[in-house]
Amino acid sequence: MIAPMSDILQRDLSRRGILQGAGALIVSFAAPVSVSVAATAATKPPLTPDQLDSFIAVHPDGSATAFFGKIDGGQGTDLGIAQIVAEELDLDLDRVSVVMGDTARTVDQGGASGSTGIWRGGAALRAAAAEARRILLDMAAQKLGAPASNLVVTDGVVTVEGNAAKHVTYGQLIGGQYFNAKLDWNKQFGNPLEIKPTSPLKSPDQYKIVGKGFPRRDVAPKVFARFDYVTDIKVPGMVHGRMIRPSVAGATPVTIDEASIKDIPGVRVVHKDGFLGVVADKEWNAIRAAQMLKVTWSQATPAFVNADAIYDHIRQAPVRHRQVEAEKGSVEQALAGAAKVLTSEYEWPFQSHASMGPACALVANKDGKVTVWTGSQKPHYSKEGVSKILNVPMENVHAIWKQGPGSYGRNDAGDAAIDAAVLAQAVGRPVRVQYMRADGHAWDPKAPASIHRIRGGLDANGKIVAYHFESKAFSKWEIETTERNPNHSLAGQLMGLPLTPQDSFGVPSESYEIPNRLMAWETIAPLLDRASPLRTSHMRDPAGPQMHFASESFVDELAVAANVDAIDFRLRHLTHPRDIAVIKAAAERAGWQTRVSGPHDKGEIASGRGCAYVTRGGTLVAEIAEVEIERRTGKVHVKRVVVAHDCGLIVNPQQLTHTIEGNVCQATSRSLWEQVAFDREKVTSVDWLTYPILDITEAPPQVDIVLIDHPELPATGAGESSTRPMAAAIGNAIYDATGVRMRRAPFRPDLIKGSLV
Amino acid sequence: MATQIHLVVDGKPHNFTVDDPNMPLLYALRDELGMSNPHFGCGLSQCGACTVHVNGKAVRSCVTPLSSVKEAKITTLAGLGTPEHPHPVQQAYIDEQVPQCGYCINGWIMTAAAFLKANPHPTDDQIREGLSGLKCRCGTHTAILRAIKRAAQTA
Repeated sequence: MIAPMSDILQRDLSRRGILQGAGALIVSFAAPVSVSVAATAATKPPLTPDQLDSFIAVHPDGSATAFFGKIDGGQGTDLGIAQIVAEELDLDLDRVSVVMGDTARTVDQGGASGSTGIWRGGAALRAAAAEARRILLDMAAQKLGAPASNLVVTDGVVTVEGNAAKHVTYGQLIGGQYFNAKLDWNKQFGNPLEIKPTSPLKSPDQYKIVGKGFPRRDVAPKVFARFDYVTDIKVPGMVHGRMIRPSVAGATPVTIDEASIKDIPGVRVVHKDGFLGVVADKEWNAIRAAQMLKVTWSQATPAFVNADAIYDHIRQAPVRHRQVEAEKGSVEQALAGAAKVLTSEYEWPFQSHASMGPACALVANKDGKVTVWTGSQKPHYSKEGVSKILNVPMENVHAIWKQGPGSYGRNDAGDAAIDAAVLAQAVGRPVRVQYMRADGHAWDPKAPASIHRIRGGLDANGKIVAYHFESKAFSKWEIETTERNPNHSLAGQLMGLPLTPQDSFGVPSESYEIPNRLMAWETIAPLLDRASPLRTSHMRDPAGPQMHFASESFVDELAVAANVDAIDFRLRHLTHPRDIAVIKAAAERAGWQTRVSGPHDKGEIASGRGCAYVTRGGTLVAEIAEVEIERRTGKVHVKRVVVAHDCGLIVNPQQLTHTIEGNVCQATSRSLWEQVAFDREKVTSVDWLTYPILDITEAPPQVDIVLIDHPELPATGAGESSTRPMAAAIGNAIYDATGVRMRRAPFRPDLIKGSLV
Repeated sequence: MATQIHLVVDGKPHNFTVDDPNMPLLYALRDELGMSNPHFGCGLSQCGACTVHVNGKAVRSCVTPLSSVKEAKITTLAGLGTPEHPHPVQQAYIDEQVPQCGYCINGWIMTAAAFLKANPHPTDDQIREGLSGLKCRCGTHTAILRAIKRAAQTA
């Protein structure tokens, strides 16, 4: 429904209104409480991470709000935060709500980034909630005349132990006022933001809420179409924008024939250097105008190579940056003395976020006060980017995250926010810009293409004595992972801001004990020195699928060369109990038959199984894929996937399971189908026909997930870790079935059929 | 050329004027009627995010010209069921906690609802075939299959 601006602002302000308005009522009621531990206040302290009120509010009815500086993309992160806060506060879960992604109400905890939502974001909220509980108990102790150690809390009601008559509620203690208490903040923003616990945290054996599979809060509203996405926000006076991108990357508009759209009512053209868009009162008119506007473009020298030459390009391109991440012993010496030496090279293509819908953003600029509604998973950085491109002070920009159509990293949402800001300033009206499908597929930032060269040496006992892993790739940061700097947005680049690509890639993560190893990466220059549809940035598990496809396929090659079962081979090189446990758990659930992998099925439908094991930021994953390959067509059917997953403490097993399932299907899609198509001039995968993804007829019929819970350990990330082993598990299963070793992704039927001949 | 349009959507009549009678139904629902669903996903009939029922049949509204749906009864996800009276597919979606971002949801639920009406007792393979072509980018396919199976059993 169309929400008038006043309604939206009202909704936005309502919770603060509750605090301030009702707070005034409660002041007289709470006034007799003499508070020595914290001077509560009726006005809100500044929104800084050293203030408890920046994270926790307790309302007059005793319910609480957690203010979370990250967002949830549909994996239930906000629910996990609510569970963590409810647990530490001793409140029932349904009394804790979560506000997230609003720059006026949450501190910058980095947005969704690096699977740190629960891991880092949750740790900060947990420390804040524990501090809030301690203060509340101290207040209750004074009020009830009993030491805090004698108090018990049940759903926000504080009682003197053994004397149920003496009680006070959180709402009575502080509802409507602010804690006005300081937290021990590490002075950092974003993912590194930490709050050091200054009050005792609950021990996990006391947990009643954390660890349980509560249902998500956004599911029913989504199912009944009562959920506002960023695409659904409307404000009075709003017009619709559409962007026009060059058909040859690097070209700029030379002539724009506005007469070509004169029959479409209410259209304006916005043009600044290479930035070209239209706005119209009616959305359909903006779409028609963008399609029909006649533009002649400058002659741009084709900057790309043909897609089939991309790996040769990477091989031959000068190295921009080389980084050795790990070096131990002497790889060369060990290889020279090895009983067997293997060398392999693996290739991974550019891939697109290809979000379910192309990006959308709405920017309203009223009297120098700018409001941004964005699907960007890092709204604090949208705010900064909009502030810079419009030259408006940061304090005058307010960014509000609303769920976008999918969010797995720095996708096109970051560009849409900046485009909308430029359009809104140009036309003096609020502008809602939504990309068309081709804008999303062709022009979103891409996951980088890469090659990986690996050498491994086995001793006479079949143990790895030398391991040399080298990646050469496009950097994963040709643009930054946020839109905080306009020269990392399409709008900024199209208007002539200089590109400043960074060099970043990475090395595989595992715990194999290998006496001699060298792990390094090299990056090459971007293909184009201007706004490019093949610019790279973060996409779910940045560089992870690439590297671990290579590393875990190669470990499989080594196992075969050593004539050892793939599971046994991995276990022989691991000593830590968690690594061993996660692999054994997957093998046991799968009913893994111990034997050397290799072509063992000559049938028309060849079946096989493969495994892979990885770590990521403290999380451990082992996956087993069972596949069938149609020899006639080369088509791979993933029949079953088993995942064993250890991310320390499990906050919500049900949502963790769903998150892993999503990773399994998306990573299967990336392994089997996904590659950006392009020619020398442009990206040619512009829709779902040219960029196919997994169809439901191809979804694994069975996904078995074994969750390994470690309540004694901190929760680590789960948003991405089960993505990285998937390609290797499938590739290794294809080898087991057919003897064809997959060294290039995706495993499309033509590639496999060609290899089977 | 401005054209007067009359539509009945989720049981309610609507009258409005459009500049282009060939405007797709999607933009009428979203912009003229102010509905927050269905969603624009591709505009090419490739993903399903814009699916509605036109006379009970699942149709991609992003490529359905307004001129072709005159006098038709249109049902959107919002009209399929309510929290008080959920459609079995909606209830199954909640029970199975299917969506992640959920932007694709109109396609799956509206297509599955029409499919189950025509095929009340489908096999697993028939469910897959019936939903083939719809897109989900978050990878919730396994949960979708569980939900549609559940809905088929409870419908």
